[in-house]
Amino acid sequence: MAESKDIDRNGVQIGVYVCHCGTNIAGTVDVKALTEYAATLPGVTMARNYKYVCSTPGQELIKRDIHELGLNRIVVAACSPCLHEKTFRNVVAEAGLNPYYFQMVNIREHDSWVHTDKRAATEKGKDLIRAAVRRVRLHKPLERKRVSINPAVLIVGGGIAGIHAALTMANAGKHVYLVERDATIGGHMAMFDKTFPTLDCAACILTPKMTAVKSHHNITLWTLSEVTQVDGYVGNYQVTIKHKPRYVIEDACVGCMECIDACVYKQAKVPDEFNMYLGKRKPIYIPFPQAVPQVVVIDRESCIEFKSGKCKKTCVEVCADRKAIDFKQQETTETIEVGTIILATGFFTFDAKRVPYYGYGIYPNVYTGLEVERLINAAGPTNGEVILRDGRKPQRVAIVHCVGSRDENTNRYCSRVCCMYSLKLAHLIKEKTEAEVFNFYIDMRTPGKGFEEFYNRVADEGTHFVRGRVADIYPNPGDGGRLLVCAEDTLMSTVRKIPVDMVVLSTGLEPQADAQDVRRRFHITCSTEGFFLERHPKLAPVNTFTDGVFLAGCCQGPKDIPDTVAQAGAAAAEALALIDIGYIEQEPNTAHVLEEVCSGCKTCIPLCPYQAISFAENKKKAEINEVLCKGCGTCVASCPSGSVQQNLFEDEQIFAEIEGLLAYA
Amino acid sequence: MPDVSSNLSQAVPLEAEQPAFEPRVVAFFCTWCTYMAADLAGTSRMKYAPNVRVIRVMCSGRIDPQFVLAAFANGADGVLIGGCHPGDCHYQEGNYNCLRRVRLLKRVLEELGIEEDRFRLEWISAAEGDRVRVVINDMVEKLRALGPLQMKKEVALRPLSPEEHALQEVAV
Repeated sequence: MAESKDIDRNGVQIGVYVCHCGTNIAGTVDVKALTEYAATLPGVTMARNYKYVCSTPGQELIKRDIHELGLNRIVVAACSPCLHEKTFRNVVAEAGLNPYYFQMVNIREHDSWVHTDKRAATEKGKDLIRAAVRRVRLHKPLERKRVSINPAVLIVGGGIAGIHAALTMANAGKHVYLVERDATIGGHMAMFDKTFPTLDCAACILTPKMTAVKSHHNITLWTLSEVTQVDGYVGNYQVTIKHKPRYVIEDACVGCMECIDACVYKQAKVPDEFNMYLGKRKPIYIPFPQAVPQVVVIDRESCIEFKSGKCKKTCVEVCADRKAIDFKQQETTETIEVGTIILATGFFTFDAKRVPYYGYGIYPNVYTGLEVERLINAAGPTNGEVILRDGRKPQRVAIVHCVGSRDENTNRYCSRVCCMYSLKLAHLIKEKTEAEVFNFYIDMRTPGKGFEEFYNRVADEGTHFVRGRVADIYPNPGDGGRLLVCAEDTLMSTVRKIPVDMVVLSTGLEPQADAQDVRRRFHITCSTEGFFLERHPKLAPVNTFTDGVFLAGCCQGPKDIPDTVAQAGAAAAEALALIDIGYIEQEPNTAHVLEEVCSGCKTCIPLCPYQAISFAENKKKAEINEVLCKGCGTCVASCPSGSVQQNLFEDEQIFAEIEGLLAYA
Repeated sequence: MPDVSSNLSQAVPLEAEQPAFEPRVVAFFCTWCTYMAADLAGTSRMKYAPNVRVIRVMCSGRIDPQFVLAAFANGADGVLIGGCHPGDCHYQEGNYNCLRRVRLLKRVLEELGIEEDRFRLEWISAAEGDRVRVVINDMVEKLRALGPLQMKKEVALRPLSPEEHALQEVAV
């Protein structure tokens, strides 16, 4: 099937632009050969190659050719359309052509970057260009539709990321729904004592922001609530929220906490989640003193009224005419409408029991970093004293880095924050107990402003650093319950066994246990590790593949507080940018029915997931509501008579592409 | 030890002018999962066989069985479809529709004498760049072993005879 150069009947004049992308493409693909080949294809008036077609001179080149040569179809062979399709469509539009008279050929991600054989890669490039040239001839002018955008935003997760994003959006005058599944906002940051490397108190910088959220007139805060369903699309999402019962009426509770004192449990007996189960609370409690909202909550698992129905209900008595306690509260749901969504659902701390040879859960003096964080905190279970479970002050402490990180058996990735928080804990433990502290590390990773300086400071304070992965932790026989920490010191090339009173495991960060359910609910994707996947690792780090859904904080990957706050600000800015234009331009890739061909068989109607297709009884034809159509094309593929067509993906365009790919000489 | 020198001298000389068979594969990837995975394979500089050419569609549910037939009719040695994992479709259930069509189509292809390994459906998420590499290499390997596509003579695509044409008219 050799092709001959002819003049197109319809006056189609195609320009083909092959990008070198520096050496990214030109290093593997013979761009000159591609250009020469493209010039021989029917309909092609001009074929050029250029170092960076996406650069301003590259764009100007295309515009000039459109004006001077009368080109009316453009093909650019460069990177993935996901990266620059929009760029070039705009170029085409700026030159006065319809932006959809354009087709992009991916010769970088799908060709030069994945092949080493220069000849084969060049042949592949030729096939792809030939297919695009055949396809672009059949392109039709299309118009983008505009739909209005709801200015309200939903933020899921009330940790520092969600809080910061909420305040940014609310300060910009947008209404924010902040949904948190726990009884208070604050997230992990509220549990920390100090923050690295400046050692400012976490509560001191976080709690004012938490209070600001509660009092902001633009923020609706829902704790003990979860998103159960998300419908709609960018600009117009319908979100269903489940409110779990608190058994305390939020508006009636004044936060006096007399009920906690009055509880029939005179002593706190229930392990306290907020203190990593190291302390105790009562069945009616407030998660921590600065919790927001300042409203108590009843735990139905331990409350006697729920267990037996025969409690004296002293809490109700003392609450008196405030009448805030309601044992009959039920779960409720409500649906809200928002235009954009920011996910800030945070992380899960690695379960140290998964590394059995470190003895967590077996030896009482093996702790996790977060537990020690609570021990150090003045509001924690020991009022800020670092003491072991038997009340002793540790004299020697080992801090084990990379527990559940950089490990073939658990997680291969680096959790990014552990080196720094291990250094912080070393400093704080030393300060509180004057103990001798040994940090066992694989590599010391301190990239960040003031981080390396902090490392040097901790080293100067006398913390011992042992470079080596800890292999085993076990009781030291005849040493009064001390533990032996064994590691190969790779700097000294010896095995070291160091007896300590306390071991701190610096556990890594993992995706939330229900991250997969959440991502399905919001129609987004996860990376291999299970964190939510950003649209582009560098150029769209807070966007997702679903328009209008943004990411902030550790749900996207492990990061420290400064990075989390920066990302939350970025997510808010992206959402604001979307809202402030006031409308969304939709891709015109919707489906439509060719009435003269439609037989009215109704095959397509039940296949549409958006109920966009209806049956016009008067005409006995299928009808597609373009506003509801999302452009998947399932109905098109199902139509037995070929009467349903999809803009940008018409049958004949795809057939032309198939034939083009295979029509080699 | 047997004498092999005589065997060697009798061996058929290699046909140097005949290039080795390189299968041609047309792939239809959905834009949200598998196309992104192929992009990820690219940005991760994974290397795989250069025999596959990708056509991007919005959803695997858009893939008309006729596209697959057209690819085979135009000389493809294999067709690969890539979509989102079950439950992950960007359009809720397009991949399920794709799966149903693929199952039916496999029976048609069998009738046409097209070997099973020539037509493949894979669920590859946007995070699974390496899966793209593995699947493509595996498929190309199998197609190399199968050799060029040769459909059963009696069903090879050809224009309809006047009788057949008339029959079809009646059916409509």
